Amino acid sequence: MIDKLIIYFNYPFVRYAFIVGVLVSLCSSLLGVTLVLKRFSFIGDGLSHVAFGSIAIASVLNLSNNLMLVMPVTMISAVLLLRTGQNAKIKGDAAIAMISAGALAFGYMLMNIFSKSSNLSGDICSTLFGSTSMLTLTLRDVRLCIVLSAVVLLIFLLFYNKIFAVTFDESFAKAAGTRADLYNLLIAVVIAVIIVLAMNLVGSLLISALMIFPALSAMRIFSSFKSVTIFSVVLSITCAALGMIISIFAGTPVGATIVSVDAAAFILCCAAGTIAGTVRK
Amino acid sequence: MALITCQDLSLGYDSHIVADNLNFTVNKGDYLCIVGENGSGKTTLMKTLLNLREPLGGRVLIGDELGANEIGYLPQQTPVQKDFPASVREIVLSGCQGRCGLRPFYNKKEKQLAEDCIRRMGISDLSRRCYRDLSGGQQQRVLLARALCAARKVLLLDEPVAGLDPKATSDMYSLIKELNDDGITIIMISHDMSAAVKYASHILHLGQSQFFGTTNEYLKSSIGQYFLFENGGDNI
Repeated sequence: MIDKLIIYFNYPFVRYAFIVGVLVSLCSSLLGVTLVLKRFSFIGDGLSHVAFGSIAIASVLNLSNNLMLVMPVTMISAVLLLRTGQNAKIKGDAAIAMISAGALAFGYMLMNIFSKSSNLSGDICSTLFGSTSMLTLTLRDVRLCIVLSAVVLLIFLLFYNKIFAVTFDESFAKAAGTRADLYNLLIAVVIAVIIVLAMNLVGSLLISALMIFPALSAMRIFSSFKSVTIFSVVLSITCAALGMIISIFAGTPVGATIVSVDAAAFILCCAAGTIAGTVRK
Repeated sequence: MALITCQDLSLGYDSHIVADNLNFTVNKGDYLCIVGENGSGKTTLMKTLLNLREPLGGRVLIGDELGANEIGYLPQQTPVQKDFPASVREIVLSGCQGRCGLRPFYNKKEKQLAEDCIRRMGISDLSRRCYRDLSGGQQQRVLLARALCAARKVLLLDEPVAGLDPKATSDMYSLIKELNDDGITIIMISHDMSAAVKYASHILHLGQSQFFGTTNEYLKSSIGQYFLFENGGDNI
């Protein structure tokens, strides 16, 4: 089995996929806790649908590098979505549902009307569920992923305490002179970057799982923000690595396998949390 | 000079005025209770004092010895906080955030300050516990310790005893009284009339008819008489 793994890892595309997978799972789990606590679990879902819509536009326009379009559009949507949480005309979850379904429909329609590809449903399936694009990563994609992950990680470390303060109690933070709106904006932009990164790995439908599962699992067991964050990162990387290895051996789709492993880990953590809870009592 | 002076203040949402012609001053060491019915603008007033909201008219003057962000704040609990996985220490430390500016991490002095505030609130034994596992009274102490980290001169408390049982309520009140005796100015929103007249040095009554004065004056005024003995008589 180890031999087989070594053979696989001799192929550069497998190595690339592995590197990107680990980095993406690291980044996506960082802000998971914040999203869960701010009641924005679905923002990942909404934004990834927006990204799907903009990928469709990019492919219709025949852009050579569709990231140039996808990244800004997703960022703007992220900012708008987090904004609506504050002004109450359309509540956060309704706004997310509206934007995500709208973008999904729009993207699919565009692809249908303008697509020159013979395998339309295959294309769409891989955009939605990841799978193939993972194995066609070029060295440039990998470098970009490394740079963006480093930026995300750096921002998170530098603003860790501020993100905590804003997540726990926005009005207190504001009263104490923290520029909460600015940090909300920062969180939105970082989330957008993560989502565009993660689309390669798990596709747009499964991203929210990648962001939310590790955080929820960690919250079952640990009781401080720091330990929850660290554990969710470790868990996310472990699950992603495990998922990718399983998918190599079993020939299952990468994204779906990773999310399944995440879900299984959540169940384990639930059980561990319950046992620990009863022991403590 | 007074710490906080409000001149002809009017408050409200958009153009809908909920309270106007507010005139009052808060001096060092005062214990001001803001009372009034729901919707009379108590929380809006507090947000205006904290500079979270612009007044519709009039002015809030902050005295020279009080910096812009030197007012500690104990907000009402939000649903988000109920299941927040954070240790007591982390939460209290986040009260120092305003002092940090752009500096990313807390320094030794701030960590020490957080320890002191935790000890002062009598929750040292809880400092590693998870916030969501604490009782309502303990959670309020944590938030009070956090407010103390943010400011040492003035504390604004928004219904600090909401949802607490009688024992925790009276503990909370005596804790606040101790802080006031130590020289911290207290501004508190309360629905609890009996506690307001028992502990406060000044009362601000918002609503159809307004009142500002010392507690003794309030007890003698017609509005005070009306609310204490007609409506809230059973509270005493």
